[in-house]
Amino acid sequence: MTLDMIMSHLYLVLAAVALTIIIGVPLGILAYFYKSVRKIILWVVEVLQTMPALALLGIIMVFLGAGKATVVIGLLLYSLLPVVQNTYVGLSEVDPAIKEVAQGMGMTKLYRLWHVEMPIAFPLIFTGIRIAAVTSVGTAVFATFVGGGGLGSLIYRGIRVSNMTMIMSGTLALMVMAVGCDGIMSHIEKRLYRRFSPRKTI
Amino acid sequence: MSHFLALYGKRLSSAIVTHFWYVVVSVVFAFVIAFILGILLSRMPKRANLILPVISVFQTIPGIVFIGLLFLYNGMVPSTVVIALTIYAIFPILKNTYVGIINVSENFKEAARGCGMSPFQILMKVEVPLALPSIITGLRISTVYTVSWAVLAAMIGLGGLGELIYAGVSSNNNALIIAGAIPAAIMALLFSLAIDFLRKALIPKQLRRDSK
Amino acid sequence: MIRFEHVSKRYGESLILDDLNLEIATGEFTVLIGPSGCGKTTTLKTINRLIEPDKGKIFIDDQDISQIDKVKLRRSIGYVIQQIGLFPNMTVEQNISVVPKLLNYEKARCNKIVRELLALVDMPYEEYAHKYPSEMSGGQQQRIGVLRALAASPPIVLMDEPFGALDPMTRRILQDEVSKLQKKLNKTIVFVTHDMDEALNMADKIIFMNKGKIVQIAAPEEMLENPADDLIRSFMGKHSKDQEALPQTAADFMRSDIYSCYRNRGVREAIQQMARRKVDTLLVKNLDDTYAGTVSIKSIRNHGKDLKTIEPLITQENAVSYVDEDAQICFDKLLNGQDSYVVVLNHDGTIAGIVTKTSMAKSLADAVWGDSQ
Repeated sequence: MTLDMIMSHLYLVLAAVALTIIIGVPLGILAYFYKSVRKIILWVVEVLQTMPALALLGIIMVFLGAGKATVVIGLLLYSLLPVVQNTYVGLSEVDPAIKEVAQGMGMTKLYRLWHVEMPIAFPLIFTGIRIAAVTSVGTAVFATFVGGGGLGSLIYRGIRVSNMTMIMSGTLALMVMAVGCDGIMSHIEKRLYRRFSPRKTI
Repeated sequence: MSHFLALYGKRLSSAIVTHFWYVVVSVVFAFVIAFILGILLSRMPKRANLILPVISVFQTIPGIVFIGLLFLYNGMVPSTVVIALTIYAIFPILKNTYVGIINVSENFKEAARGCGMSPFQILMKVEVPLALPSIITGLRISTVYTVSWAVLAAMIGLGGLGELIYAGVSSNNNALIIAGAIPAAIMALLFSLAIDFLRKALIPKQLRRDSK
Repeated sequence: MIRFEHVSKRYGESLILDDLNLEIATGEFTVLIGPSGCGKTTTLKTINRLIEPDKGKIFIDDQDISQIDKVKLRRSIGYVIQQIGLFPNMTVEQNISVVPKLLNYEKARCNKIVRELLALVDMPYEEYAHKYPSEMSGGQQQRIGVLRALAASPPIVLMDEPFGALDPMTRRILQDEVSKLQKKLNKTIVFVTHDMDEALNMADKIIFMNKGKIVQIAAPEEMLENPADDLIRSFMGKHSKDQEALPQTAADFMRSDIYSCYRNRGVREAIQQMARRKVDTLLVKNLDDTYAGTVSIKSIRNHGKDLKTIEPLITQENAVSYVDEDAQICFDKLLNGQDSYVVVLNHDGTIAGIVTKTSMAKSLADAVWGDSQ
């Protein structure tokens, strides 16, 4: 029972984070390349994150109905900010000298992006992904209200029937998941930063 | 639209007002507590280094748990919502206050001591003003979260915009969902804009760095 | 008057101040200097009790400062630190009036002080008072740092390597300004530096410290003439008189950053090189790098149009000297001849450099006043 819920919670988070990467990183690259859309992209993802999670889920539910799809898309929209922002910042903070050298060697814009700028920006992008993942673990609790399952339903039911054990076990599982996810990813992150030039985390 | 307003207008406006007050009261309490605690922690950085990780673990507890637990102990009264939201809103402000103050360069503190400021004057005239960008960022995170978690007040039947969303979700009434969700979203945005405005008013532009 | 009596301070194992006894007279500009870790900054900071000594007493005008309230004491002593330390959240005006405000001066009085002080350093009130530190250059910021220390008219001002982070030009200007301010306002200034130039330039009295002890206290002139030990002598470096500083040979005076070209070069190329270097003659060398002579723009103009190379135009009329030739003989050639320079050759016949009137004047100036970078 509980394991089932943990798995479904994890599934929601993983699906959302995967989608966030697939959509967020290209958006960050777009923002980096095109000044005209930069402001709009960064503003939209910021507004999305400002929206209350349940309100966002409710609005999506109007279009997609109750279910996992609604939750995953909600989490995706909610986690875009750190990924998009860190991709953009990471790319624009690449040392201009390195960019110039790459250009001087005759690399095309895309080749340069893929072989020079992205690898250098990667640690920062990864930081964004970590933040998105950890936040999603917490936000996925709301899934229960729009029929998405996960640990939120355990906690919610616990509250309804005044069952302390249910609330606590659900909460504990959530905390372990969030702290574990944060711990593992921070560890990878540190190694990434060590491999690349040392710089500060955002 | 007019039909909708005629039907739910009163309910909507009272939900907005309730929601607004939940947020304002909780954030104000949280700010006062977190600000004081943050300053106290900054006076003992050694202990703070132990306390802060514990706090950030607690921060992973979703707001729903606070509300739920307090509901069980405190019953169905507005103070349950306010206390839960306050606790939850304390963390980001506390952390940002502490980090902001700790990061004030020793140069400025020494200059201030050299000018003959007392420790309290150094705190109020130098440390807090220089930590202000960080503190306000914390305030903003807390406020936006609080608008979000206040939606859950409805879960235990205590009103706010969540009530409309709940009712909409459980009765498959899309109009109701939207009626709750849109004002909640707008409220979060307005709070966030208001805090940006506060930031501009309080911090000279030469000091403003985009700290997120 | 500031008086140290048997002042000691230790951090763990290391003794930073070792039984320091010292008097600093009122109205004097005293510079504390020495290698890093010698205790000069610690000495300074014990005066406004940013650091408390373990043993001994410090008196200001015969009053034991450990009996004065720290905060009160500091408000009566100006303090300027190296990293400038202007509060970035305050404007110039607010920064300068920090101490007057702490002393509860009225608003109008604070404003008057700010105006007067800004006028002292020629920074117009209207232009600067409402700027934030980040909007000014390092030199301007440190000027404000100095003014802030002066704001409550403290009789004593402490300065801890205040110009360390500035470029040499700005440094020099600020040194002069501070010296002038000190004379004008008759302050007692205690100034820490590790730069002997700065010490010699500003001090009435230099206190040289090493390993927590005072090695020598003397006026700049006296320290130059009679440095107490080798360490001080090495700090004086180029300044000290007993160095065999006077230039002796032609090599001491010459410029070695010269341009020359081979004798088989084309006329056009030679003209271009002269234009680029902004000179009117070129030194010409043989293919084995030995000196061949000179070519002037005048001779190119007169005869050179039809020529392919500069070879036929080379003359050897220019005065020549050798690297180890006595400087005085070289001078005579330069001053008595018609040429604007003397070519200095190595013994193998290659070109070592040239002596011009400018290079001569510069070497003499260096010898007298030290390296003017």
